Amino acid sequence: MTAYIIRRLLATIPVMIVVALFVFLLLHLTPGDPAAVIAGDDASPAEIDGIRSKLGLDRPIWEQFVIYVLSLLRGDLGTSIFSNLPVTTLVMQRLEPSVVLALSTLVVAVLFAIPMGVLAAWKARSAIDRIVMGFSVLGFALPVFLVGYLLIYIFAIELRWLPVQGYRPLSQGVWETARSIILPAFALGMVYMALIARITRASMLEVLSEDYIRTAHAKGVAKKSVLLKHALKNAAVPIVTVIGIGLALLISGVVITETVFNIPGLGRLTVDAILKRDYPIIQGLIILFAGAKVLINLMIDISYSFFDPRIRY
Amino acid sequence: MHKLTDRLHRRLAVAVVAGALGLGALPALAQQPKTLKVAMHADVRTLDPFWTTQTIAGIHGLMVYDTLFSSDDKLEPKPQMVDTWTVSDDRKVYTFKLRDGLKFHDGSPVTSKDVVASMNRWGKRDGAGKQLMGFTESLTAKDDKTFVWSLTEPYGLLIDILAKTGTSIPFVMREKEAMVDPFKQIEEVVGSGPFMFKRDEWVPGSKTVYTKFADYVPRKEPASGHAGGKVVKVDRVEFVWLSDPQTAQSALVAGEIDYLENPAVDFLPILEGTPGIKVEAHAAAGTMGILQLNHLHPPFNNVKARQAMLYIINNPDYLNTIAADKKLQTVCYSFFGCGVAMETDAGSEPYKGPKDYKKAEALFKEAGYNGEPITILHATDHQYINPANLVMIQQLRKAGFLKLDVQAMDWGSVVSRRAKKEAPAQGGWNIFITGTTVLTSSSPVTHTSIGMGCEKAWFGWPCDAKFEELRKEWAFAPSIEKRKELAVALSKRAYEQVPYISFAQWRNPVAYRSDKISGVLSVPSVPPMWNIEKK
Repeated sequence: MTAYIIRRLLATIPVMIVVALFVFLLLHLTPGDPAAVIAGDDASPAEIDGIRSKLGLDRPIWEQFVIYVLSLLRGDLGTSIFSNLPVTTLVMQRLEPSVVLALSTLVVAVLFAIPMGVLAAWKARSAIDRIVMGFSVLGFALPVFLVGYLLIYIFAIELRWLPVQGYRPLSQGVWETARSIILPAFALGMVYMALIARITRASMLEVLSEDYIRTAHAKGVAKKSVLLKHALKNAAVPIVTVIGIGLALLISGVVITETVFNIPGLGRLTVDAILKRDYPIIQGLIILFAGAKVLINLMIDISYSFFDPRIRY
Repeated sequence: MHKLTDRLHRRLAVAVVAGALGLGALPALAQQPKTLKVAMHADVRTLDPFWTTQTIAGIHGLMVYDTLFSSDDKLEPKPQMVDTWTVSDDRKVYTFKLRDGLKFHDGSPVTSKDVVASMNRWGKRDGAGKQLMGFTESLTAKDDKTFVWSLTEPYGLLIDILAKTGTSIPFVMREKEAMVDPFKQIEEVVGSGPFMFKRDEWVPGSKTVYTKFADYVPRKEPASGHAGGKVVKVDRVEFVWLSDPQTAQSALVAGEIDYLENPAVDFLPILEGTPGIKVEAHAAAGTMGILQLNHLHPPFNNVKARQAMLYIINNPDYLNTIAADKKLQTVCYSFFGCGVAMETDAGSEPYKGPKDYKKAEALFKEAGYNGEPITILHATDHQYINPANLVMIQQLRKAGFLKLDVQAMDWGSVVSRRAKKEAPAQGGWNIFITGTTVLTSSSPVTHTSIGMGCEKAWFGWPCDAKFEELRKEWAFAPSIEKRKELAVALSKRAYEQVPYISFAQWRNPVAYRSDKISGVLSVPSVPPMWNIEKK
């Protein structure tokens, strides 16, 4: 297993190099110019050229790439063109809200979706199954922003139970953080609930039709035990895969939820940087996201052997 | 029984402790700082108000830095850091004296050297500043409090420009920061304004925090616009960046923010109908659309084609799309904005009259147009530029004889692409749409996009020596009457040359919790946070 993990970690190096090259080229080939954004609407072309020169954007692309790679090797993700702050500082400012939102969403989704999926599979083709699947379809169909606005209207404006927007850091107390994250976690969690519930149901239905389940029933094992110990554990591999992919997606940015609830997360940082062509931020974030995805995939792969002892690396 | 009494004792003890904690917390609550929560139109991402001309950088600047002169609510210049000043008989030498008690946030006094260095830095970046510096013979510090501004000619706008608001406001920095190359950002934010910037709480893209500068000495006059005494009545101001208009509106309704600088027009009826919320706008708080034509390439390198556009473009259509509320609309045909001193629609007859596609087609033919594609840079991600583009495209199609090449892109791409002088087929362009504020347009000097200085002009590069001569003459005019007269001549010439087509004028109100705050100052742009009291 250790050898496998080391092998997989080493394999990330070429992946990251390709990502770095791809991101750099893609950004510099895309139309857009941070100098023009900085200069503003009233600037003359000569002023824009002046700013471009100061930012080093008038140098040949290969030279800019070499500078970029050398900085990366020193662990320096660069400095934001606009705020003049190191990209690492900006990322650290945004990490907590993003991680808290991602984990809260997954907790909400898993807590609701897995029981729903198990129940739907157990009572397949019953009214309960249809209700669960109906909810699933709704979860997929309703855009996150709409769910977000509805939740804000009901719980923040009408009932005044929770805040409309903003994130309270953990340093202000867990309850304050929880209050600020409940609505976004539920709004965003709807889609993941729908996804995980469907996968759980499908996976459980497959397992429940296996011979060993029939044998367990025949031996008189309690229904609860059959469902949770025999079936759910064996159905877990695809469910864990979906949860893992969900976590990777959530950390790398849920822009709409962050925008609607004004959560200062990594997603908004990315989109704002793209709109303003703040190249160092975009490059730094994509490298980080790529690294995070590789690591999460590795963790998912390792977890398979826990749920299915037949899987060995 | 014992257990029961034990439990009761324990509960009693807990209650006593909790009560003590609660009582202890009371003084703490009483000392809670008064915090004003504000959502501005953009996020403070750049701390150097000279480095970029974005309005939000000016808003940040107004919090932290002070100005020599300021505009009051009637947009008239009034002294701010300046105490007294004299003008020589030939109107070429201005001697200014700074008022007492001016101090930077680090405790050091504001001196004339700081002023001179700041004005030099600002004058390298701002359009009006550059023009002023072009007429400057020398700018020197006479002593710690006195500085002398000598002009090569009796340029009449010196005070007006120093009191300018909107973008690129001439703030006074410490000499140390003012000596930094204006094309590089300053590192430290130490001003002498009424608020101090809290760098440790700054989260770009989310929140910017300012605290009251206790040593600030306000002027004695009552606050009016940006002028008068800057008396700070709260302890902290937090700029919260709410990029989603719906969320911003909800946050104001729920009372989570006190002030919303740019409520989306669609939400204004909701805000107006919410008790405790006030929606108001300064008379000059407006935006005007600019339909920019590229004068370098066919067909708009020919004046006939530009004039032809006036017979196609229907001004009121834009207003109904951008700001449907009639209260916000002004059908304006003045290049210098409506409701301002320089308002004039002289020469606008072809534009104001009924649309005449046949006349337009004939003019395009005279210009040599033969069905070549007209490249339009269509920004699809902008609140009002996108609908304005859709209206314009429809109007041009309706004319029936123009071939359009509409290229959809984000605003960032338009900003980059519009600087290209190449022909449209080689990555250039023919038309793009943007906007400007009524405030900027109200003076032919600050109105950058109307300039026709050829290579030095704004994107589109209009070129007309006669217009530039009139513009210069306006800047030297000794009286407002003479300026108005020249504005008429400028307008006539602009309608002949058509540097761009101005469409619509709509008001941009602000909204705030009148049940929670009072003393909001009325300004057309760059809202000040002093004078506001929180209940």
